[in-house]
Amino acid sequence: MRVSVFKWRSLLTPTLSRHLGLALAAFIVLLVLSSQIGAYDDYNLAAIAIFVIATTGLNLLTGVNGQLSLGHGALMAVGAYSTSLLLRGHDLPLILVLPASLTAAALVGAVFGVAAARLRGPYLAGATLALAVGLPQIATRYSHVFGGEEGLTVAPQVAPAWLGADFPPERWIAWIAIAAALITMVLLGNLLQSSVGRRFKAVRDHEAAAALAGINVARTQVVAFVVSAACAGLAGSLFAYWSGLTAPSGFGVALSLQLVSAIVIGGLGSLSGAVWGSIVLVFVPALTGGMASSLNLPSAVGNNLPLLIYGAVLVVAMLLVPYGIDGGLRRLFALARARWAGAASNHKGVVDWDDPAGG
Amino acid sequence: MNIQINQMTTAMSRIAIGCAVALLAACGQSTSTANTASAPGITASEIKIGSTQPLTGPAAPGYSEIAPAANAYFQYVNAHGGVFGRKITYDYLDDGYNPTTTSSATRKLVLQDKVFAMFNALGTPTHLAVVDYLNTEKVPDLFVASGCNCWNDPSTHPYTFGWQTDYTIEGKILGQYINQSLSGKKVGYFYQNDEFGLDGVKGLDQQLTSVASRQNYVPTNTNVTPQISALQASGAQVVVSFSIPAFTALALLTAAKLHYNPIWVVSNVGSDVPTLTGLLTKFSNGAVGGQLLTGMVTDAYLPLVTDASNPWIALFKHIQPTPWDGNVLYGMAAAYTFVQAIKAAGQNPTRAGLVHALETTKLTGGPGLAPYGYSSSNHLGFLGVQVAKIGADGSATTVGPVYTSSDSGPINQYSGTPATPPSNGIPS
Repeated sequence: MRVSVFKWRSLLTPTLSRHLGLALAAFIVLLVLSSQIGAYDDYNLAAIAIFVIATTGLNLLTGVNGQLSLGHGALMAVGAYSTSLLLRGHDLPLILVLPASLTAAALVGAVFGVAAARLRGPYLAGATLALAVGLPQIATRYSHVFGGEEGLTVAPQVAPAWLGADFPPERWIAWIAIAAALITMVLLGNLLQSSVGRRFKAVRDHEAAAALAGINVARTQVVAFVVSAACAGLAGSLFAYWSGLTAPSGFGVALSLQLVSAIVIGGLGSLSGAVWGSIVLVFVPALTGGMASSLNLPSAVGNNLPLLIYGAVLVVAMLLVPYGIDGGLRRLFALARARWAGAASNHKGVVDWDDPAGG
Repeated sequence: MNIQINQMTTAMSRIAIGCAVALLAACGQSTSTANTASAPGITASEIKIGSTQPLTGPAAPGYSEIAPAANAYFQYVNAHGGVFGRKITYDYLDDGYNPTTTSSATRKLVLQDKVFAMFNALGTPTHLAVVDYLNTEKVPDLFVASGCNCWNDPSTHPYTFGWQTDYTIEGKILGQYINQSLSGKKVGYFYQNDEFGLDGVKGLDQQLTSVASRQNYVPTNTNVTPQISALQASGAQVVVSFSIPAFTALALLTAAKLHYNPIWVVSNVGSDVPTLTGLLTKFSNGAVGGQLLTGMVTDAYLPLVTDASNPWIALFKHIQPTPWDGNVLYGMAAAYTFVQAIKAAGQNPTRAGLVHALETTKLTGGPGLAPYGYSSSNHLGFLGVQVAKIGADGSATTVGPVYTSSDSGPINQYSGTPATPPSNGIPS
């Protein structure tokens, strides 16, 4: 409840208007961009936007609040299954289904967050991993409800008629996902600038000090988990519309680990890091897949090459930019700035990780 | 000399005239029916088709050979002039047997690579993820590599066609064999708890009246001891197994450990002898191998993979001698049917034209033991199977005639004679 109080107060601050302006500009640019590219690129753009929602949420939890979750794929599954079940035999509008799925995931996140707030380090990682492994199994166990391994299909969103008959459905879902991603980023960006965000960071940096400063550590951690789970739920719901199918194999442990690797590659604790990570997540496998098939290798090698290249890219990225792409870029900018300013500047390119918005 | 020269010139002019006539004829043919870019994925020189296959992941062992084998057959056709002069390009992508990946890989094939048709996309859960999408986009979805009867639904999925005999028909014919040849014995079931196993059981239940025990498994749990113990406790003397190869091997090994020796009746997909022998050896660390397969009953809708004297086997083995097993045979045979279908669609095919050709041209002369069932009301491939038995040397022999059926109709004995491939190995 206190979260919402602070959110409303921050409505009056210049931070929100700045974020809103940026988001609006980004929305227009992306809309124009998506109209210029082919339907398959739109499909990938939608995937990036969906992963941005999930990874910003996870980055808030892991990068900002310091709680590692290896189970966010399962929370996406909650959102996706909520959507599929709501749409089973009902023709509900997206505008109702998205918030409902988000709420469902937030509720699961709240329950799990209470348990997670008691756990630290490897125990938290283990518990969230158990969520990632266990939750999709429910779908196979109760196959009459969740459709078993085959999963539940979701009818694609049809673009409104005023966009024309030739408007590709992939572009329409991309627009929806981009809008959802930007709204999420504005809300989370604002949250980070508020006292809630500062409490998240205080708890991450030193729990005892945060407690002495009057912060309720456990409650802060639960709040972070709920917000993060809500993002995963929204991403999962859009994922169901995007892929047309909700099946347990789509939400395996691999997805959860991919989300973690995306925020690490992109840059822990920053909103733009989540964007970079999502781009890597979607484009690297697509590129490596193409590379492998064009090399004309024996099938035993060629089949496994995309996975190998993907792994190698991750390793190289970690070696070259240990603070993620976002950290690497910031360092580059800082170095460039220091160079322009000449020797007078004593800025050594050190990045302030706690201030992702750079303000 | 002169006479000789005269004769030579006469002969030469005759040849010249002959050439000119032939040229004219050739010219006339090529101007009246030139190759055009009649549909997406079709150019004057190329037919591009796509597929999603488990090249990596849990279903890859065995199944990852299917698409390369099909491609080997297409390359053979290309090397012998192609289809109406067009070369077939087969663009198959890995989906790791993950329906979500299938969904995005299929969109890449349709939207970016712009394939004319999908061919032999593998797996029931994986392909169910995209069957609606392909039909909305009106992309021909030929010969799905799965025996689910879900592909035979012309009213909702007019662009989708199955190929292999569906699991329900298979179950019925296996059930009939048990009634006739193993009568009086107690029967138990062991089946995969999804569309595959359940469809098979549906067919079995139409034939068998009493079942001692029904046990199922999920592919994610490799411990089948409880199920096999339950079958043993029920006194089942015959166990019908609708299982994938890995689980056939696990069931056989578990039964051997429990000193339980029923007669195994295993569905086609789970009974490929080379695959099973490899898995048995691997799972038991070399303690046992193919000897556990002796006496196993199974069925076939293609010529037996070990029958080197069969002309189809000789043809396909000539195209790709190694690796050679049931998966390779499967891929090549499906590719043969595809070439039959695309030829039936004429020189400049369209997507709707290909579907129309499959529904109206009665395709015959394929590699199957049973006839194709394609018509406007039936999108099912082979209509039946022949029961076979595995001998001590691992080779199979057929038992009795080929039977055909439908999901709910009666079982009929098929009286047609098996087709032989044309001498150049390419459908005319």
